[in-house]
This record gives sequence, C-alpha cells and structure tokens, in this order.
Amino acid sequence: MDPLLNYAIFFVTIAGIYAVWTLALNVQWGLTGLFNIGIVGFVAVGGYTSVLLTIEPSATFGGGLGLPLAVGFIGAMLVSAVLALLIGLITLNLRADYLAIATIGIAEIVRLFLKNEEWLTNGVRGIGGVPRPFADLGPEGMALANMVLVLLSVLVIFLLVERARRAPWGRVLRAIRENELTVLASGKTVKSFRLQSFVLGSALMGLGGALYAHFVGFISPEAFVPLQTTFLVWVMLIAGGSGNTKGAVLGAFIIWGIWSGSQIVTGWLPPELATQAGALRMGLIGLLLVLVLLFRHEGLLSEEDQRRADIAREARRNGN
Amino acid sequence: MAELLQLVLFGLVLGSILTLGAIGLSLTYGILKFAHFAHGDFLTLGAYFALSLIATAQLPILVSIPIAALATLLVALIADRLIYRRLRRTQPVILLIASVGVALILRSAVQIIWGPNVQVYVQGIQLPYVIPFGDGAIRIKPDHLVIMGGALVLVTSLHFFLQYTRVGKAMRAMSDNPDLARVTGIDTEKVVLWTWGIGIALAAVGGIFAGLDAQLHPNLGWQLLLPIFAAAILGGIGKPYGAIAGGMTIGLAQELSTLVIPPEYKPAVSFGIMVLVLIVRPRGIFAGSST
Repeated sequence: MDPLLNYAIFFVTIAGIYAVWTLALNVQWGLTGLFNIGIVGFVAVGGYTSVLLTIEPSATFGGGLGLPLAVGFIGAMLVSAVLALLIGLITLNLRADYLAIATIGIAEIVRLFLKNEEWLTNGVRGIGGVPRPFADLGPEGMALANMVLVLLSVLVIFLLVERARRAPWGRVLRAIRENELTVLASGKTVKSFRLQSFVLGSALMGLGGALYAHFVGFISPEAFVPLQTTFLVWVMLIAGGSGNTKGAVLGAFIIWGIWSGSQIVTGWLPPELATQAGALRMGLIGLLLVLVLLFRHEGLLSEEDQRRADIAREARRNGN
Repeated sequence: MAELLQLVLFGLVLGSILTLGAIGLSLTYGILKFAHFAHGDFLTLGAYFALSLIATAQLPILVSIPIAALATLLVALIADRLIYRRLRRTQPVILLIASVGVALILRSAVQIIWGPNVQVYVQGIQLPYVIPFGDGAIRIKPDHLVIMGGALVLVTSLHFFLQYTRVGKAMRAMSDNPDLARVTGIDTEKVVLWTWGIGIALAAVGGIFAGLDAQLHPNLGWQLLLPIFAAAILGGIGKPYGAIAGGMTIGLAQELSTLVIPPEYKPAVSFGIMVLVLIVRPRGIFAGSST
C-alpha cells in the first residue's frame, strides 16, 4: 500500500483514540465541571485490564484468560468505572481543585502499582504480544479494519454524549457546573449526578485505553505518561471547545495534527538537539494551552454556539 | 531504635523541603485563590539556577541560594505579568489550567537549558557524621544540617515577617477574609506581589535543598508537588503555620511508612494522608484556629 495512505490510516486511528478520551473528558469537565487531571490513570487501568483478560496465559504475569476482545473492552470499562466510583464517593463532594489533586494522586498510585506488582503486570518490562483485532486480515486489512473500529467507537460515543447532553440528564449536569446551589434547591441529588458523570467519563477513558493497547500491541507503565495522555487530551478539549461535543472531536484531530507535525519538524533537528525533541514538544503543549486560554478560552467551537444552535432548532420544531 | 531515629532524621530533612514548598503554595492558594500547579516546577527552576551558580560559576552555596531565589522570583513575576494577571478576572479554574501550561513550559525550558540527565551540585561522596546510639548508629550528612538549619532560619524569619510587619499582617488579613481586607484599604496588588515573592523564593530554596539532599533532574519539583499539596491541605489552605506543621507531618509520615509498607509505595503515603484529611476535616487540621 502507498506509504502515505498507510500513514493517513495510522494518523486517523490514533486521533480517533484521542477523540474517545477527549469526549470522555468532555463529559466530566465540559458538562459537569469535574476537574480530572489523572486521565492517564484510568486509561492505563483500562488498557491493562483488557490486555490481561484477552492475552494467552504466561508465566511472567497474571491474568492471561484468553477471552474474546469484546470481553476485554467491556472489562476495561467496568474496572475503570469501579475505580472511578471509589474515588468519586470520597472526593466528589470537594471543590474542583481538590478533586484535581486527588486525581493526580490516583494516577500516581496506578503507575506505582503497575510498575511494582510484577506478578500481575510484568513490571517495567511491560507486556508484548497483545492480541490485535482483525489480525487474520493481514497487516493492511488489519490497519484499515482497526481504523474503522476506532471511528465507529468515536461515532457511537459522540452520539451517546450528544444525546446525553441534550437530555434532561445533561441539562442537570450543566446546571450543576454553573450553579450547584440552585440545582440542590430544586431537589436534585447533586452528588449522585456528579458521580454518574465521573464514572461514565472514566469508563470511556478505560475503553480508549483498551483500544490503544490492542492497536499498539504492547503495553508498559511507560506507555502511559501524563504528558501524552492527560495534558494532550486537556489541550485538545480546551482548544476544541469545552462543553461542545463537536468541538471535542475537532480538537482531538487538530491538536493531534499539530502534535504529530511537531514530531516531523523535530525530526529535522541536528542530532545534538534531537535528544531534546521531547522537551521541546512538551513546551509546545504548555504554550498551546496558555495561548488558547489567553486568546480564545472558549475554544474553536464554543459551547455558546452550540447553545444558540439548540435554541434555533427548538424554535423551528415548535413552528415559529 | 537507632534505625527509627535515622528515619526520623530523614523525615525531618524531607519535611523541611516540603515545608518550604507548602508555605508558598498555601499562601498563593489562600490569597490568589487558585491552586498553582506550576509551583513544583518553580522548585526545579530554583534548583537549576543554583546549579549554574555553584557548579559553573563556582560560587559558595550560601551566596548562590539568595541569587537563585531572586532569579526564580523574576521568572514567576514575568509569568504573573504575562499570563496569570490577564486571567485573574476569569474563574480560578482557568488560572489552574493555565498554571499547568506554565508548568510544562518551565519543565521543558529546564530540560533544554540544563539537559535531561541527573546532575549534582558537588561531585563526590560526603562523609556523614556517625553518632553511635544504642545498638546502632545514626548517620547525618553535613548537607542534612544545612537543609534543616536553613529551613528553620527561613521559617522563623517568615514568622516575624507575618507577625510584625505591615505587609505581613495585610497578607494574613487577605488570606483570612479578602473582602474585609479590601474594605479596610489594604493595597491588594502589593499583597499579591509579596505573596508571589515570598512563596516563590521559599519554593526556590526548597528546590535547592531537594537537589542538595539527592540529585537534580527536570522532574524534581513535579514529583514533589503531590506531597507539597498534601502538606498545604493538611495544614489548611492559606495558613502558613499550618503549612509548616503539614510539611513536617508529611515528611515524617513518608519516611516512617517504610517500616510498615514496601518503600516503593512511599509516594502514595502523602496521598493517603491527604485523602484522609479531606474526608475527616476538609478544611485542614488547623482550620478554625486563628494564625
């Protein structure tokens, strides 16, 4: 196959996985105002869960149940959801900034666990030979089918989140984000709604982690670093337009384009600077984040635009 | 027994470093009303400025510390002027996200300027003082004395500053009740400036001490951020005296925890304590007591 087409398929697949994470963060932050900067923790838990459920048994690590991939994906969502439920029960009553710190802590503990519990995870050596979906279609067919699988997941999650956003459920979430006391006064159980949003978002993050692990075919604790997961996803959501479902997907694709573009540019650097490429790109992410906040903090597609579109649609439907 | 005392000593050293970080974090949190996630990376920056002064310019360490602290402060004021001040009118959480961006930029700059590798201030191994005790002995490195002594001097000076100077009193007032402070005619911009000044300078010294205790690497401050936050929350946000108690408690708890849990999980201890405090006393152990 044409190498350019190959790269395009790879690009779209990875950007699609990021779109899953960005949509998940949009549920937590965009709709509900829950500040999760431990995305990488839920992603890693999802990835490891699915791999350990589906891989063939081995002497060097636990799990290895050899179950079908679909079971792995569902398991990834369930385990991430349970983890989120436990954390949420403790921390969701707290202010946004306390939740932020708590999620960093969870991500750190997940990392320590994956690194040190070698009996289960094979420690820092990681796990190779992860079963890949559509492996019997040959390398090209597999890449194509994988891309379709990821894009289908993005589509389903997009429709789900968009539906939830417009439903009374999503309206309550947005109301909680804007004014918690009012929602409380109108008789809603704020904590329960927050918990639902946090758990749903974290389950989707876990699913994205599973998609990623099976696409790459290898996982290790170092495969999940905060910079490339948590912070990149945050930049994607803020740049795309937090609270705007279309914006979340758009942000994922645009920022992934910039991020991979920066890799090509740093590839041209002289060798003595090449070791610093990672640092340069980290600075770039920070700079993008700050610039978006300073000059267009509502993002490319703002929530306000979406709200106006919703109102216009409502008016058309009522025939005036 | 000697083993226990040795761990207590390590705990006091770590506690001194965390205290210096937590005071600044607590003050900026209390007065500027946002969680400053770049605080840890200002520790890193201070440590690396000192590296240039000590290892490259061959200055003595006691001269290098104040210069490095001032240089770090300058960077913080630039960040405040260019970024934070423009966002101060928006929600605090926007400032929080911006500070994450600043953290990434700082870490990237440190790595580009000073390189990604582990470095030390002075090559070679320091011979520790060995104090026989009971059935064993306690080892104290001269650097440990510098760290604990330095922290003690700084914390004492801070106490006198907060208690007896006009600006110090204004800072406490603003942290306790910003609206009341504004009504009584306190120059809030001046207080904001002093808050950055004291907080970042102490953080820079904390970073230098952390580098002195072990080694320097670009993730030095980021890795200390979680225990520093834990210390600030434990002590109660906006309460400098609480931050001291919190820093020492977290430092001791982390080192002593190795007696009962595997040392690999040491970093999780501060998180455990933090979660416990958030459940039991969300406003910190020292909430309610006036400073």
